[in-house]
Amino acid sequence: MSEKLKINDFVVRFANVNGTGSASANLLFCKAIFRMGVPVTPKNIFPSNIQGLPTWYEVRVSEKGYLGRRDGIDIMVAVNAQSMEADIKSVSPGGYLLYDSSKKLPEHYHRDDIHFIPIPLMEICNATYTDARLRLLFKNIIYVGALAELMQFDFSVFESLLADQFKGKEKLIAPNINALKLGADYVKSNFKEDFNLKVERRDLLGDAIMTDGNSACGLGAIYGGATFAAWYPITPSTSVVEAFMEYADEFREDKETGKRKVAIIQAEDELAAIGMVIGANWNGSRAFTATSGPGLSLMNEFLGLAYFAEIPLVLIDVQRTGPSTGMPTRTQQSDILEAAYASHGDTRHVLLFPSTPKECFDLTAAAFDLSEQLQTPVILMTDLDLGMNDHISAPFTWDDDRDYQRGKVLNYDDLEEIQRFGRYLDVDDDGITYRTIPGTHPTKGSFFTRGTSRDEYAAYTENSPAYQRNMDRLVKKWITARDYVPASHLYQQENVSEFGMLFFGTSQYSAEEAMDILQENNHQVNGIRIKSFPFDSIAITFLEQHKYIFVIEQNRDAQMKSLLMIELGISAERLISILNYDGLPITASNIVNQITHSLERVEKYTTV
Amino acid sequence: MTFIKPKFRHPDLPKNKLGYTISYYEGALSTLCAGCGHDSISAAIIQSAFEMNIEPHKLAKLSGIGCSSKTPTYFLGNSHGFNSVHGRMPSVATGANMANKELIYLGVSGDGDTASIGMGQFVHVIRRNLKMIYIVMNNGCYGLTKGQDSATADNGSISKAGIVNQFQAIDLCGLAIELGATFVAQSFSGDKKQLIPLIKAAMAHNGFAFINVISPCVTFNNNKGSTKSYDFVRDHLEATGTFDFVPEMEEITTNYESGEKHAIKLHDGSLLAFNKLDSDWDPLDRFSAMKAVHHAREKNEIITGLLYLNQGAMDLHELVNTCDRPLNTLKKEDLCPGNGALASINAGLR
Repeated sequence: MSEKLKINDFVVRFANVNGTGSASANLLFCKAIFRMGVPVTPKNIFPSNIQGLPTWYEVRVSEKGYLGRRDGIDIMVAVNAQSMEADIKSVSPGGYLLYDSSKKLPEHYHRDDIHFIPIPLMEICNATYTDARLRLLFKNIIYVGALAELMQFDFSVFESLLADQFKGKEKLIAPNINALKLGADYVKSNFKEDFNLKVERRDLLGDAIMTDGNSACGLGAIYGGATFAAWYPITPSTSVVEAFMEYADEFREDKETGKRKVAIIQAEDELAAIGMVIGANWNGSRAFTATSGPGLSLMNEFLGLAYFAEIPLVLIDVQRTGPSTGMPTRTQQSDILEAAYASHGDTRHVLLFPSTPKECFDLTAAAFDLSEQLQTPVILMTDLDLGMNDHISAPFTWDDDRDYQRGKVLNYDDLEEIQRFGRYLDVDDDGITYRTIPGTHPTKGSFFTRGTSRDEYAAYTENSPAYQRNMDRLVKKWITARDYVPASHLYQQENVSEFGMLFFGTSQYSAEEAMDILQENNHQVNGIRIKSFPFDSIAITFLEQHKYIFVIEQNRDAQMKSLLMIELGISAERLISILNYDGLPITASNIVNQITHSLERVEKYTTV
Repeated sequence: MTFIKPKFRHPDLPKNKLGYTISYYEGALSTLCAGCGHDSISAAIIQSAFEMNIEPHKLAKLSGIGCSSKTPTYFLGNSHGFNSVHGRMPSVATGANMANKELIYLGVSGDGDTASIGMGQFVHVIRRNLKMIYIVMNNGCYGLTKGQDSATADNGSISKAGIVNQFQAIDLCGLAIELGATFVAQSFSGDKKQLIPLIKAAMAHNGFAFINVISPCVTFNNNKGSTKSYDFVRDHLEATGTFDFVPEMEEITTNYESGEKHAIKLHDGSLLAFNKLDSDWDPLDRFSAMKAVHHAREKNEIITGLLYLNQGAMDLHELVNTCDRPLNTLKKEDLCPGNGALASINAGLR
């Protein structure tokens, strides 16, 4: 078998046992490619378990910069006996299997259409290390060294990577380099066949960074001025607040006194977490919480209170595969309707849809402004793929001239000027009323916050017209919100087709790739990425301008399509769903296949 | 509101140190049933805040849902209030308190709001020793939904409909002491003389101050056979002592009738003076307090007064080590590391 050379364009999958230190070795491999200036995207496909179950790490290398997941495995690094048989089956024909040959593979695992690269990883470890823990850890580093040799990595990249990684623990560098060399040397002396997957140094990444969305959200909350966070641990959102804690240690702690410009409370459950966040925002602190599916369900009642009592709050929902406990370590965009209309009664919540770590940072910081300007919850709809996987991203930036937009808050002097303060009085005719923070003024501005109906002066009332006036004002505020939310991104200046495709969040990566493929196949489709709910005017115009719109989303029930139909009155026939709900990030080929199929059907009917 | 409260007050009403008369601490007219114990507690809160010279805007009153949770409308009308959702007042109070350590937080709850739907939050707010006053207006029943038993209804207590409660009651004071609450008191809505000094002491306490006030429901739980009726409660009260709250710098002039005289210096320098009626009980000893609660329960007595006090524990702000300035006063300059700091963060991610 001789295979076509694939330079900077292939997929590697690592099949490991979780809890064996494979994650850091696999990241080292991925980071080395990143340092060589080549676009790379890793996906961690891990179990809801701490130790002993199969876990996979998939790395796509793409010269063209396509950062979505791609089907088809060009090389499998199989070091987990449990999943070995299935792992071997999953390699694309013509691909490679690098495996631990310390134990002989059963005969029936063999395939004629792939290349086998046996490396006795365990034997090498046993011969080199006496400590059992080191044997386990360095086994992973050895296969990284072997891969790097096969793919002809610039080895110096590891030296600088490890030097950065072990700053302050320099004595760990040499053993890692040695382990890498063990793998590389073994391949050099034992593997004589051609190997067609190569990584060549490029300069395609500029000043890009590689990080995960959850860390970026945590940093965004620091920059956005959050002084309080309450949370309850839940996968995959846990690392949002953990990142916030780490950055708070760095930026919010007085190094001499240890006093902190932040309070972070691990709550007893998600109900308490959001209750605390509501209390803190009510009292004038910027506060947030982060959760995932089941936590969002629990927070519903309080979200209704915050909507109705008009209390700002930021909620970061890192979506995972539902319903119920679902697949807690797999990704999905399936909380959209739940979040948009959370709680009983007539409610609507502002949603933001970031696609990259940079956007996680920007939109988290922006969410604090938005929620205070609009005096309502703002929910950042990220997902496991974005939150927990590393992504190549534009670097973080901050405009030092930017002020926090605290919205309509009356201070002491403002209150002095006012004859009679009405908390829910629509003075500016935009649906957004003025609020006061407890403790501002000794005789003016105090009011009673409640989830029950009230009049313009915050007095309890069961008067029907007063109730309805308030509900109508909240609609007015919702319309005002359209001008505040981040604008959609259009992929073209002029429309070239009556077909459009609409997507959001992590579908961006594969959707952009799919647009290119469709164009190569002579299918013109216009693209838009929406970033918010309520839908902005750019999105509304785009939807009006196209006869058919492919709505790409990662859930079973076409939730975004429903939202577009409900909110904008678009007919179901014009919205064609492109769905993915297997728990893995959507791929470009999946999108292309579904769209091509639809286009062919439409063409068939229109040409008859 | 269908009633209008007369605004006229006697011009010679006494004023407190801030120059406010007691009327400044009142709220809207109560819409609770005539004779409701809760109204007496509201009156005690008003009196306590007046006597403690509390600036109304420096106090935030919070509640959940239920008859008791309606009462913040009826007291301290010049304070900010927050009527949240059922059983979740402690979390809202926690967030509010974290945002501004300089205000006084007064939480009002009921036996349903605390001992049933809100049990989780009640337990955890105690664990955190949040600095707040937490008053339960405890009538053993659900008033707003017309008289169902609550989790504090005593086993064997008979409801208005004649049904005998078969379930064990949750003893909130016993639970609070067990969980390490730093101020635990029990009182009776009809005993203003005892309740006011307890509320004042709770306001002076540097931590979580819990007062369980037995407050009979005149409409649904005041019948014969109910252990939360006015008659039953009066007959079974067993005070641990008589109490007097003495603000800092004031001379102790109270006369005690009998028993052992004690005075505990509170966090802010004020004194809680009391006359011990039971010689076995020491409010600074948690085991003794627990024993007193258990003994009272065995004897079908309702033990009242300050049951337990621990002034040594750190409150939540001290535990998480927040800065001296309230968090809600911090500005961008205090909080945002700026673009410069991003250079090294970005560099670390390459």
